[in-house]
Amino acid sequence: MKKHLTNNWINFLIIIAFALFVAVSFRTGFAPGQAIFKDQFYRFFKEMILFLPVMFILIGLGDEWINREKVERHIGKGSGLKGIVIAVFLSMAQAGPLYGAFPVTYLLWRKGASIRNIFIYIGAFCTIKIPMIAFEIGFLGWKFSVLRTLFTLPVIILIGIVMEKLLKNKSFEIKNP
Amino acid sequence: MEILTAIALMALMASLLADRKKTWKGIIKGLMMFLRLLPAILVVLILVSVLLFIVPNDLIVKYLGENAGFTGYLVAAIVGSIALMPGFIAYPLAGILVHSGVSYPVIAVFITTLMMVGVLTLPVEIKYFGTRISLIRNALFLAGALIVGGLIGLFFVL
Repeated sequence: MKKHLTNNWINFLIIIAFALFVAVSFRTGFAPGQAIFKDQFYRFFKEMILFLPVMFILIGLGDEWINREKVERHIGKGSGLKGIVIAVFLSMAQAGPLYGAFPVTYLLWRKGASIRNIFIYIGAFCTIKIPMIAFEIGFLGWKFSVLRTLFTLPVIILIGIVMEKLLKNKSFEIKNP
Repeated sequence: MEILTAIALMALMASLLADRKKTWKGIIKGLMMFLRLLPAILVVLILVSVLLFIVPNDLIVKYLGENAGFTGYLVAAIVGSIALMPGFIAYPLAGILVHSGVSYPVIAVFITTLMMVGVLTLPVEIKYFGTRISLIRNALFLAGALIVGGLIGLFFVL
């Protein structure tokens, strides 16, 4: 929490400094300052300011409707293809960074998830999240998003299989720090 | 973006019909998330605005554009592996970069490494998986990201 506050503090400082810089640029007719605001910042800002709240509402709704714990119960050892599919779907519904996946993998491992499914889960968690896909489509277009998702999925599954092969006869354990 | 907005509105309508209370909670949750992230988003916009103004467009196109070749992938992979930013910020940034001449395959490598490879979060990962497994995982995902970028490069020309 403290870290969050200090981060925000720096953010606000940068925003205020930029606002001052722009205001002074317009008053004194400093052309580069005006260009940075008009040609760059305002153009990006305009594009996002209406779109972003809508996307976040979509994310909030998804969060309310999809119950994570319910799905987690289905990823056990020997769950095969069904396990893979569920691992992918489970992770798709969530939003969050890579390191948010690790505590969940610990839970999955405790519940008996296979090595393959654990790493598929990490991969899918990071790359194919539904809220993020909405952002991706919005900013990079359908073609990019569809291609990236289609190519990433087999790569993730392959990595899961490779990890399982590599770690099969070794002691594998996930700790809870 | 229009289609997405329409989808969001339809989802909102369906959610409202199904459960009013849940919908309300979802809307509040989403908007709170937006407000919490807004300062960070603004700062990224500011930094990118200044950076794009200072760095000449030709330079970006030369090193990260369509004909940049492997250099572009390399830069994207390094930045993506090290940088730590949520998708909410990464995608708007990627959109701006594409408009500034960065090629889609390079963006794909950046996005994929950003999401799957965590150099800065490695200490956290090691606590869960141990050093060896964490290093193997990151190496494999780095390779995977380059493969995805390469494939997108192949298909985007078509």
